[in-house]
Amino acid sequence: MNIAVVLKQVPDLVEGLEIDASGKSVDPCSVRYILSESDDHALEQALIIKEQVGGRVEVYSLDTGEAKEAMVTALAKGADHAVMVDAGLESTPDNHTAARVFASVFRDKHFNLILTGVRAIDDLDGSLGGLIAGFLDLPYVGLIRKVQVEAGATTTIVEKEYPGGCAAELAVTPPAVLGIQAAERPPRYVPITRLRQMMKTATVEELLVPPPSLQPIGIVRLFKPEEGAGAVMLTGSLEAISQQVTGLIAEKHLLR
Amino acid sequence: MNKYIVVVAEHFRGQLNEITFELLGKGREVAKSLGGKLIVLLLGQDLRGFIGELGGADIVLAADGQEFREFTPDIYASLIGSKLKETCPRLVLLGSTSVGLDLLGLLSGRGAFPCIDSCVRLEAKESGVIATSQVYGGKVFAEIALPEETTLVAVVPGSFDPAAGRIHGNPEVQAFAPPPDMAASRVAFRKLIEPPPGDVDITRAPVLVGVGRGIQNAENLSLAEELAAALGGAVCASRPVIDQGWLPLTRQVGKSGMRVKPKLYLAFGISGAPEHLEGMKQSEMIVAVNTDPNAPIFSAAHYGVVADALDLLPALTEEIHKISMKKAS
Amino acid sequence: MVPTALKIGPVPGWAILWTLFLLAAGIFAWRVSFLVRLLRLGRADNRFDQIPARLKRVLVYVFGQRRLLDEPLVGIPHVLIFYGFVVFVMATTGLLLQGLFPSLNIPTAERTPILATVVDIFAVLVLGGLVVSSFRRYVLRPAGLQLTFDAALVNILIASLMVTYLLAEGFRLVVKPAEKGVWAPVGEWLAGLLGSHAGLHAHALTYYHLFWWMHVLILLFFLAYLPHSKHMHLMAAPFSAFFSQLGPAGRLPAPVSEKVRLGAERLEEFTWRQLLSAFACAECGRCERACPSFQVGEPCSPRQLIHNLKEQLLRYGPALLEKVRATADGGEPTLIGGLISAQELWGCTTCLACAQRCPVMNEHLPIMVDLRRRLVERGEVDTRLEEALRNLARYGNSFGQSERKRAVWTQGLDFKPKDARKEPVEWLWCLGEYACYHPSLQGITRSLARVLHSAEVDYGILFEAERNFGNDARRVGEEGLFELLRDKNTATLQKAQFHNLFSTDPHVYNTLKNEYSDLNHGRHAAYHYTELLADLIGRGCLKITNQLPYRVTYHDPCYLGRYNGVYDAPRRVLRALGVKLVEMPRTRANSLCCGGGGGRVWMEEIGEVHSRPSESRVKEAAALKDVKFLVVACPKDYVMFSDALKTTGLEGRLAVKDLTELVAEATGTGLAAIAARV
Repeated sequence: MNIAVVLKQVPDLVEGLEIDASGKSVDPCSVRYILSESDDHALEQALIIKEQVGGRVEVYSLDTGEAKEAMVTALAKGADHAVMVDAGLESTPDNHTAARVFASVFRDKHFNLILTGVRAIDDLDGSLGGLIAGFLDLPYVGLIRKVQVEAGATTTIVEKEYPGGCAAELAVTPPAVLGIQAAERPPRYVPITRLRQMMKTATVEELLVPPPSLQPIGIVRLFKPEEGAGAVMLTGSLEAISQQVTGLIAEKHLLR
Repeated sequence: MNKYIVVVAEHFRGQLNEITFELLGKGREVAKSLGGKLIVLLLGQDLRGFIGELGGADIVLAADGQEFREFTPDIYASLIGSKLKETCPRLVLLGSTSVGLDLLGLLSGRGAFPCIDSCVRLEAKESGVIATSQVYGGKVFAEIALPEETTLVAVVPGSFDPAAGRIHGNPEVQAFAPPPDMAASRVAFRKLIEPPPGDVDITRAPVLVGVGRGIQNAENLSLAEELAAALGGAVCASRPVIDQGWLPLTRQVGKSGMRVKPKLYLAFGISGAPEHLEGMKQSEMIVAVNTDPNAPIFSAAHYGVVADALDLLPALTEEIHKISMKKAS
Repeated sequence: MVPTALKIGPVPGWAILWTLFLLAAGIFAWRVSFLVRLLRLGRADNRFDQIPARLKRVLVYVFGQRRLLDEPLVGIPHVLIFYGFVVFVMATTGLLLQGLFPSLNIPTAERTPILATVVDIFAVLVLGGLVVSSFRRYVLRPAGLQLTFDAALVNILIASLMVTYLLAEGFRLVVKPAEKGVWAPVGEWLAGLLGSHAGLHAHALTYYHLFWWMHVLILLFFLAYLPHSKHMHLMAAPFSAFFSQLGPAGRLPAPVSEKVRLGAERLEEFTWRQLLSAFACAECGRCERACPSFQVGEPCSPRQLIHNLKEQLLRYGPALLEKVRATADGGEPTLIGGLISAQELWGCTTCLACAQRCPVMNEHLPIMVDLRRRLVERGEVDTRLEEALRNLARYGNSFGQSERKRAVWTQGLDFKPKDARKEPVEWLWCLGEYACYHPSLQGITRSLARVLHSAEVDYGILFEAERNFGNDARRVGEEGLFELLRDKNTATLQKAQFHNLFSTDPHVYNTLKNEYSDLNHGRHAAYHYTELLADLIGRGCLKITNQLPYRVTYHDPCYLGRYNGVYDAPRRVLRALGVKLVEMPRTRANSLCCGGGGGRVWMEEIGEVHSRPSESRVKEAAALKDVKFLVVACPKDYVMFSDALKTTGLEGRLAVKDLTELVAEATGTGLAAIAARV
């Protein structure tokens, strides 16, 4: 099984983020980047498939200056090859642009599966996986929580999440793109010693591609929800708060 | 480009999903502003029962067949895509759901349509159509001016009023079949997996005590159970708690879990990620407890408390017992 | 008169004795050399430095029996048995030589003045010791003490050696009274008793020979058996004490080299000293009895750890020895997941109670940490711990909060602490993540800031540049993470200008003092804040304006007390505050760990936990009459005991207070005082 995993760096919400002076984008100085959580699951799922049926896992990322550690971590986890795609971009583009770049990269390669996280917190224009599939005319299934590959089988069985805890079992004919919601196991841990060793010895391929034409989303403005426009905050001691809440519940005639 | 608004309808287990009605309601409003028509795209099998509920639409384009019985992204996208190329609408509304999200990327990529996801507000103005989407875990909103071409918009369930879309009637139905040269589907539906039968149907409970990561470990669930018992309600949870295995899937509230609308939703140690809010933000009264004053849950809650859930749970339970005893005596 | 001078059947006695002696000695020597060869499977570890200090160790701990005397009920009998053994070795050598060379006149102990008396009395003392220890072993049945056949056999052998000696002595004296000046009181008494029976008197010589031979045979059997039993601890213990770790226990050994796989799980990856632990272990169970995790029902036991290492060594070591001669390759079944479960490794709180108690100076901690290092190296870390480690690597704290928020606690102060990154200070305050980020502790941190400010101490903090100092990351086995944190902090510390540093957190204190070697080349000394406070009070820089009339008890934190010997400074502070300090039964070095160390705060509770160590501890405090406060000097203790008070329902009975809070109250810098002034 030849699998490509697409990784994207997103702002780390722990650090908070600020909107820049133009009001149309996030201030890059206020942001620290982290690998998108569902992309981490996609990588884990790819490695699980490799462990089960053998094959090769390659990780791809757009070079916007922050992805090196994620690439090396992927190699430390067991990926076979890492490719940094340099399209002359300084910041993370919208998913259409990114998908066009990846579609051109993957068009001539023969991957059985392309895995990526089903969504990232900075997605505004659709999921990257779906767009890549659309551009390459490949099948796509998103919100996947399980992938079953059997050696010699012509189809890949996936479980797609539905609300209410339900799921649909689907048979996908590769080559296909899968949008991963959660891997079967939580992403594996890489001990720092191994990571540090990898940082010194690993090589990441730099793939130069022509810069894509940008068709930016027409963002009028970005804004944060007004602080305090939400809940009425209750204060005081635990006892006082408990009394207030109980009072609210009583008003709703919900006390028995 | 025609002044059509297309709504991609969704149904599950013989019922039209509520998102369909939300989209219909908003679609009608936008169609009216633009002076256009509202078209519903409906794929499935045995669709006659649904037509009457789609009275809000001007036209229903229906593809009724065994091969569309269950949603599969490949064939649905092919069919919808070809219809969109034909009808050339102004706007296509989908749900930001298990169905809509798959379709969004496929349709947009194949058909070269621009698309917007996570929409929570939609307005047709003089200048054009403005969509507002939530991004960065709900911490930032983006106001977007849609381009002047067929644009796909995926809407977060719970953003619009479904009542505006529940109109019984007799819309014009145009049946259509897949073109003969359409490629074979590369995705096949095999079966539906249901969660193991749960003990409690949380969608019916009048009071829900929701727990999130702030509950810290499975042992502390008993504190939530006690409160729920005192109020005659049930315990539910956000995804992280379910993923840990502390509660069964049937107790999950959120995008991949249940949609609940209890009279009272008490959120303990839940941060308020959009995926969870989607499942409970329509509750009549929401009281949220979290140690982080900036937790997004506070923007959706009616009342908020900055405190440790593990401290407030027993304190609240005790207070309720006290009042109940007073009432009894 | 020497029994071996006579013939037994056609063969001279001494010939038989020689045969048996050579046989027994041969078995003994072969077995000992086999055990030594097993030890040589382990990797190198230089324990041959500082010989005088090492000899002193042997003197104090082996001959002084220091640790055993902490438990007098077994300590005193053991001292008697130990010295009885020493004395008997002397006596036996003479006896055996006499037997082997009957024609030579060898001065045996029983015919020498004073020595005869000593040996004689010791025989009885040893028997007495055995009676007490057997009573304790079989009737009292202390936890952790394994009732094995081996142990029983050894007791029987020692007892029968004493009995046969005394009986032989008695009968010999019946046959021929003692020489002048030689007085064996018990022997004489026995001689009188036995001699008064006509039948026994008549055959006294025969009986003497009988018991003499029995004594010698049992002796030779014991000699051969000794290195096959757990009793070999008496040979190995002097070596395990001699080769014990001289450096501080708070300094874990660094990995061998980058090229060697991190941690240990194969026999050849342990050091020879670690393997020696297996032979030195007497299976006494003192470590297990002291272990807080074991007491609580977790599957973790230090005794079992050493025992399983021994099992692995004895079962699979021989095969490895052979392979070493052929080709050195694997074939050893995996230890982790085999004899030792990952679960029991994660259960350890690294409190050091086990190693601190061990009479043979075994070092359980580095063995456990080496095994944990291997688990981490394999990525076998459970989700909650993994999250904490990822947060530590990324944000420099286990709470997953932004490093930019590390100094948010200062916002409640009406002054700004000095920034040690920018200006020179005398004292650098290394706060630790709990003091900075934990909501329950930030108020206490501010209190200390005010107390020190009012005493005009010239201190500064590192604000956002401080990272977790890595003590617990290291003890969890994530050595790479520890190195990462240490490198970052060291770089920051090297740029800052300060004289000495102190910390509110004993874990931070331990690692700064013992594991941040770049700091400690005499230039900077690390202290715990209680030491600083004691010094300030002692010199009058911090004035106690109101004496506190409370009855309190004090919990010695593991990393302050057991690890670094700081017991008195906090007590001096408490005395100066005027409180009445009531000690808990488990005090000072016997303090019971709160259960939060070794990364346990980052892990799920495993096993059937029926009572957490923290709960046991607060109950111990609550049992003291009229004691109002449980005083702590470690932020993890504060959090663990506060939770325990809730889960045990003791919140009304007892409160947890950090020493800072009492000092603030006594010096008029507490919040109440500030509010009153405003």
